[in-house]
This record gives sequence, structure tokens and C-alpha cells, in this order.
Amino acid sequence: MADTEKIIEIEVLRYRPEQDPEPVLQTYQVPFTDDMSVLQGLQYIKDYLDGTVSFRWSCRMAICGSCGMMIDGEPKLSCKTFLREYYPGKLRVEALAHFPIERDLVVGIDDFIGKLESIKPYIIPREPRTLEQGEYLQTPAQRDQYEQFSSCINCLLCYAACPQYGLNPDFTGPAALALAHRYNADTRDKGWEARQEVVNAEAGVWRCMLVGYCSEVCPKGVDPAHAINQNKVNSTLDYFGVLKFLLPKGAAK
Amino acid sequence: MSARKPYVRSMDGWWRKNPFFMRYMAREASAVFLAIYAVILLAGLLRLSQGPAAYEAWLAALTHPLAIVFHGIALIMVAYHAYTWWKVMPKTMPMLHVGGRRIPEITLSAVGWAAWLAASLIVYALVRGL
Amino acid sequence: MKRANEPIFWSLFGAGGVLSALLGPILILITGIVVPTGTGMPPDAMAYPRVLALAQSWCGKAALLAVISLFLWHAMHRIYHSLHDLGIHAGAGAAAVCYGIALVATLATAYLLLIIGF
Repeated sequence: MADTEKIIEIEVLRYRPEQDPEPVLQTYQVPFTDDMSVLQGLQYIKDYLDGTVSFRWSCRMAICGSCGMMIDGEPKLSCKTFLREYYPGKLRVEALAHFPIERDLVVGIDDFIGKLESIKPYIIPREPRTLEQGEYLQTPAQRDQYEQFSSCINCLLCYAACPQYGLNPDFTGPAALALAHRYNADTRDKGWEARQEVVNAEAGVWRCMLVGYCSEVCPKGVDPAHAINQNKVNSTLDYFGVLKFLLPKGAAK
Repeated sequence: MSARKPYVRSMDGWWRKNPFFMRYMAREASAVFLAIYAVILLAGLLRLSQGPAAYEAWLAALTHPLAIVFHGIALIMVAYHAYTWWKVMPKTMPMLHVGGRRIPEITLSAVGWAAWLAASLIVYALVRGL
Repeated sequence: MKRANEPIFWSLFGAGGVLSALLGPILILITGIVVPTGTGMPPDAMAYPRVLALAQSWCGKAALLAVISLFLWHAMHRIYHSLHDLGIHAGAGAAAVCYGIALVATLATAYLLLIIGF
């Protein structure tokens, strides 16, 4: 039916621990149309060319955070990246950088999960509150302090982008620190004191060198670089014992 | 038994593989030129304390072609530092609002760049205005 | 987890960063290019009597100390952390050298400004 079927060459970094001593590139010729994402290209490979290729995906609409991978060396969501952008050249697809490869495009993310848990990613109420007191009230300005950081889908593109995480896997990292800030900056939350140990540590905000690539690659506009560097100021004020005088004291109503 | 054998990739040459990282390394490299410049000023202060002849020798050394070339490169590098400094400065501040609207980062950076220009003009005028 | 001592050095880095982001380029332009090539400035802009008077005034001392010292605290902090980016595993020794340079320069500047007189 398609009179001018286009073919694009996709190079996939394969790694099968049971047979490969190290990762190796394998090339596939994939027919495509302009509306196809890289994820759909991989699905074509798995369905018709090579059923052994392994990769994570779910929502295919940039909200679940499953399909992060390196596309021509840049961390991207494969469902949000289109094959037409690389045509007539070829594209190279590799597992997300700075994480150990389990198989093909699947990486081990246990390190991140541990770090996410360490920053206590939930509201720790500033003070006890009963149902009778009703809902919390927040002004638009108060909500604006944390709202964009709540958009994080844990896709880990920022960790793949961050050379400091690549060089220093003990770094808490962009997403975890952005989420710590999301809770600290929420007037409903107890704030700084609940998470300060992780934030103030060497492996907390102080590993960040403000390369800024994390914010560049984030598919949801979170700007982790902002969260981290705003907290370098907070961490410094805390170090010199003056932060407690500057934090908003107003109880959430 | 588990067939898992996680593969950890090398970080060798990481910054040469992406233009974004090259620009980051250029920004970091500006510090080398800033440090050398500060030491040149310190040397000038030392010569100043040693009397007019010593100080004149320092001034003369600054006219050497290699010195001019160094300062030319240093000017570009430190200007890049200044440009990127104000570009990222808003990331150290909480979200600011005026009349209920968020002040965009670029506006805050523009204030920084304007301050850089103003400071430069003031210094030039002060040095020039004998 | 142990609290990092980074804030001390980061504060100095920040102060030096702001000062050099305002004055760095123009000072390099004037002292390194304009005056040595004799273009765009009166020939005695950096003459001995003028610069001596600057170094002997309180304002001048403060300015010279701030510029030399803070420029170096900023630069050495950045250089120290960049060693890591280059794959050099810099430990306490490298930190001592880097920050040591800034400290020595600060002390030397203060000393010179004192002996230059008032």
C-alpha cells in the first residue's frame, strides 16, 4: 500500500549477560512512517526482526517514565522521540547512561529507588491536623514554589544526563533532590528539618557542579538544577545557623 | 541460579561526547585564566611595594606580545564565565512573583547582565577620568 | 550522614564568582590590553603614583584585597572540583594545595597592602 516506504537504520546496543562478555552494537533496517516514535521502531524490531531485543515501556505517552534510553548519545524517552528526526541517517539506541546494564536496553535502577526512599517522598505534616480543621489552604504563590517539581515521572533521564552521578554513584542525584525540594517547599510539609541530613551531606546537594544538563533533558520541565542549587543556599544558611530565622513560619491553615 | 551480570560502562572521555559538556568544561576552564590573572595582579602589587623601578618593569612585562595574547584569551574566557554566571544565578533563588505572576529566569539573568555592563562602564570611567 | 563543610568554600566561591562576573572582564581588558597597548586610555592610567595612591587608600586596599583574594577563592574552588571531572581523583592533598594557594595569596595581599603604607 505504501508506495514510498522509507527504511531507517537503527543500531541497538545489545547485551546478553549469558553470552556477551561486553555490549555490542547490532543494526536493523526498520520501515517507518513519519508518525512513528523510536519506541515503535523498537517494537517493530521485536515483533518482526528480532524477538530477543529487551526494553522497558508502558504508557507510550511520556507519563510513566519507563522508556528512557540514550538515543544518539542523548537521554530521551523513546516514546517521545521520532524516527523522522534521524532520517535519512541512522540512529543509535543504547541503555540509559550511568546505570548498570542488565540486558540490552534494560538498566538496574535499584540505586535510584534507595535514594528516592532516603528523601522521604511524602508529606510529613508540619503539625497534627484533624478532619474538623478542614483542608489546607495555599496561595497560588505558595503552590508555585513546589508545583513544577511535583511533575517528576522518575524516568531517570536526569541521572543519565548528570556526569557527576556517572563519576560518583553515591550522589543522591537530580530527581531525588528535586523531589526532596518538592516536599520541603510545600507549606503543608514540615520542611527542611525532615530531610536536611540527606540534603546537607557531601553526597547531597554538594556533589552538584551545576552542569545543568539534567534540566535540559527533563521531559516534564522539572528543572532539577534549580531545586538543587536553591538548596545549596539553604544548606549554607543552615550550616551557619541562620536558616531557621528565614524559613516561613506560617502554619498551614 | 541467577544469570545476571550487570555491565558498568566507562566514563572515559565523557565530556568530549556532547557539545553541552564541552561548553561546561569551557566554563570550568575559565577559572584557570581567572586564577592566573589574579596572580598577575598580586605580582603587580608586590612590584608596587618594591618601588617605582620594579613597578615599571611589571608594566613593561604586560606589553609583551605573549602577555597581550594571554589577556585576550583570558578576556574571552572570563567573559564566558560572567555570561554563564548570570544565566544560572536565578537557579539559586526561590520562585519570585510580582503581581501574582512568576518572574521568569531570563528576566533575573538580564538584571545580572545589566549589572555587569553597568559595573564595567563605571570602572572604565573611574580609571579613565583622571 | 555527616554534614558537609562545603558551605564555607562555596560561600567564598560565590562571592568571588559575583565579583569576577561583574569586574573580571573589564579589569582584564583595561590592565591587560587597553593600557599595555596604549589605546583608549590616557597613557598614565596605571602610572606608579596613581596606583600607589590607590593602594594606600582604605577604599583601594579593600578593593585590591577583595579582587585578588575572592578571584582566587572562586577559581581554586572551581579548579579543585574540575580535577574530578577530568578523572583525577583529587583527595585532601589536592584540596590543601588548591585552597592553600587562595589562602597564601590572601595573606600575601593583606601583608603587601600593609607594608605599602597609608
